Amino acid sequence: MLQIDLWKRVLIWAVIVLGLLLAMPNAFYTRVETANDASAAIELGADTTENRDAAAEWPSFLPSGLVNLGLDLRGGAHLLAEVLVKDVYEARMEAFWPDVRDALRGERDKIGTIRWNSEAVKNGELRVRISKPEGMEHALEIVRGLARPVVSLTGAGATDLEVRGEGTEIVVTLSEAEQQATDERTLRQSLEIIRRRIDEVGTREPTIQRQGFDRILIQVPGLGSAQELKDIIGTTAQLTFQPVVSRASSADQAPGVGNEILPSLDEEGVFYILEQTPVVTGEELTNAQPSFDQNGRPAVSFTFNAAGARKFGDYTAENIGSPFAIVLDGEVISAPVIQSHIPGGSGIITGNFTVEESTNLAVLLRAGALPAGLEFLEERTIGPELGQDSIDAGKIATIVAFVAVLVFMAASYGLFGIFANIALIINIGLIFGMLSMFGATLTLPGIAGIVLTVGMAVDANVLVFERIREELKTAKGPARAIELGYEKALSAIVDANITTFITAVILFVMGSGPVRGFAITLGLGILTSVFTAIFVTRLLIVMWFERRRPKKIEV
Amino acid sequence: MRLRLVPENTSWDFFSRARMWLGISAVLVVVALGSFFLQGLNYGIDFRGGTTIRTESTQAIDVGAYRDALAALDLGDITIVEVNDPTFRADQNVAMIRIQAQDGQESVTSEVIDSARVALQAVSDDIKFVSVESVGPKVSGELIQTAAIAVVLAIGAVLFYIWLRFEWQFALGAVAALVHDVVLTIGVFSELQIRFDLAIIAALLTIVGYSLNDTVVVFDRVRENLIKYKSKDLKEVLNLSINETLSRTFMTSVTTLLALIALFVLGGDVIRGFVFAMIWGVVVGTYSSIFVASAILLRLGVKRDWSKPVDTTGNQFGDVDA
Repeated sequence: MLQIDLWKRVLIWAVIVLGLLLAMPNAFYTRVETANDASAAIELGADTTENRDAAAEWPSFLPSGLVNLGLDLRGGAHLLAEVLVKDVYEARMEAFWPDVRDALRGERDKIGTIRWNSEAVKNGELRVRISKPEGMEHALEIVRGLARPVVSLTGAGATDLEVRGEGTEIVVTLSEAEQQATDERTLRQSLEIIRRRIDEVGTREPTIQRQGFDRILIQVPGLGSAQELKDIIGTTAQLTFQPVVSRASSADQAPGVGNEILPSLDEEGVFYILEQTPVVTGEELTNAQPSFDQNGRPAVSFTFNAAGARKFGDYTAENIGSPFAIVLDGEVISAPVIQSHIPGGSGIITGNFTVEESTNLAVLLRAGALPAGLEFLEERTIGPELGQDSIDAGKIATIVAFVAVLVFMAASYGLFGIFANIALIINIGLIFGMLSMFGATLTLPGIAGIVLTVGMAVDANVLVFERIREELKTAKGPARAIELGYEKALSAIVDANITTFITAVILFVMGSGPVRGFAITLGLGILTSVFTAIFVTRLLIVMWFERRRPKKIEV
Repeated sequence: MRLRLVPENTSWDFFSRARMWLGISAVLVVVALGSFFLQGLNYGIDFRGGTTIRTESTQAIDVGAYRDALAALDLGDITIVEVNDPTFRADQNVAMIRIQAQDGQESVTSEVIDSARVALQAVSDDIKFVSVESVGPKVSGELIQTAAIAVVLAIGAVLFYIWLRFEWQFALGAVAALVHDVVLTIGVFSELQIRFDLAIIAALLTIVGYSLNDTVVVFDRVRENLIKYKSKDLKEVLNLSINETLSRTFMTSVTTLLALIALFVLGGDVIRGFVFAMIWGVVVGTYSSIFVASAILLRLGVKRDWSKPVDTTGNQFGDVDA
């Protein structure tokens, strides 16, 4: 008859307690938030008594995960930017011209004079006209010889250039594999740069996400306007190559006239005294990518534009054996020793890198400037007042909706309605618990999703109760009726909720921003409401039934 | 004393006027489609690009003065609406200003927004810009495409699931009801020219989910009764099933509506359109699960005994004893 195994009961209660425990911090939102911020600050080194007191506001043994509030509730700035990946092709092709020129120069007797069509570079093509078309094959062969293997997972085995002849012109473009690898790199670099810039401002929980293939979504809560955000992203970080005078162990040392002292990026307590005037700057860098040195160790190769190449070539020729520093935003990334004269503007940085480190360094090297232009497709600014108004309105609406449904259920089903109401309260707790656990974002449509769940969550209970009523008519005794009610309503509950869940999943996958927030609460709401209806209400009814053993029940 | 929305043991005949109900639905669908094709939808910036600015001021809003200030900027089509809402404070005067996407510009320009700000500040000195949102035409085109795909995908997925769980006739009936609900909802947005933005798509998909929820519950009972009463006429079985589930149908609709109405009245103007779509959808969805889905199921007929292979071919009395 009506029986639920002890282990099941324990499990159900455990889930409820866990869910409610996870949801609890949200009831003390501001307090937990200040405590969390203070703990984070302590971890970052700001170990002041003030922060300690603030952190102690919320006991550390309690869960402290909070539901993130979306931009529409908290206020802030939102940008959707498209990275113009083709910009990079242009720069690459432009920088490739000196190589082609040098390679073909020695073959003048076979191919005649060469002329660069600098207009075509805008389309990502390097077009070179030769005066003796009969030497085309030879010229193509030479240029093809300049191609390098593509460094990427998918493009293994391919080379980076595609070279063909068109009449009297040699046409060089990036190969498809290289374009893909370049695009990927451009996006990663852009993301990294944007992240660094925004981190410097130090706002709480920015979202910086790649969207689709070539877009970046940036959301910063608490920022005054989207324009402000654009300004932050647009500020150029400074990358320089500077001669190293000496190493130092503290920032207080006197660097001397014309020199400056800068800290190392990743070695604590290491400082470098550098000459203030850079040899070259990041603006003259056209490319940096992970590669391998002649011994197969991870390294980073880089290329300067023509002007940078000349300066860098001259400097390296004169300073073989002495270190020079790569400086990003006032911190020394690394200080390798010049091994040989580096002509042609491209070089390689070796060190004790892992592949990952070399990849990161390549990203950082280009982090001086955004590798490609950004086009802003969407920008939104939501003031904190509007967000607060929405939260207040949402709160009141949720409470009223909640109370209305509770009263209505109790009036319709009496004691059983009250059981359903207890389950509904647990249900809301569980939704918030799960939202906090996943660190999901609550948006205004998300609140609507919760309110809708309040309305629909009782559905599963209603299905069961109506079924019990029907079974009572055929008079098999209350225990049997309850059991049959659950058994027979199950297929309807499952089918009805799976169909709604399918739409929630589709919304989540296809939607963005606020719509996604709605899909999350709707989907979680379905899960928790099925759980509460099938397990929690049932457990409550069974416990009541065991205690009372009524001969007759009214549903 | 218990609250009962529906008397116990009803045996109403839902199909005596089936033709009339289907006719009414057909007319409503035609009107909705007509309105959609003739006057279209009042798309928000999510779907057609442009900028919306929400302003707040303690001074009363003079729409004419706002319009004059902005007209001087030559920004093309501008709509200014004063927003009133019971949740506002007494001195909270809110206006929504929409500026069309500027010609020949793929991305959003901050110059447009800045010039509008300056112009409005000249009219009302304590004006606050509580939200400024711009969407470029490129994204808006994609958004509308994604939204349409989402709705079609949702309907397709559901069709497949019901076909899997029931029979194809059930799936067709359910999807007819779904399309009916979606079309009527889009229709009402077109007829009343309520702003149609991204959130409304979310509402549409929820309506899809809700309408199904209702239909599936009825169908589940139909399936059960078809097995239970093998000799009964399909029409009787449908009627019986609808009557048996009627109490639940009303209970759920009413609880959902209670919650939604609370949100409609108290939730603020930002999501009012969204909630309106849901309320409409719940009402239409409840109606359609009975008068559209079941009516179509009745027309299509159902292969009765799907639990066993048909082995009675050539024996017309094969299942008399069942």
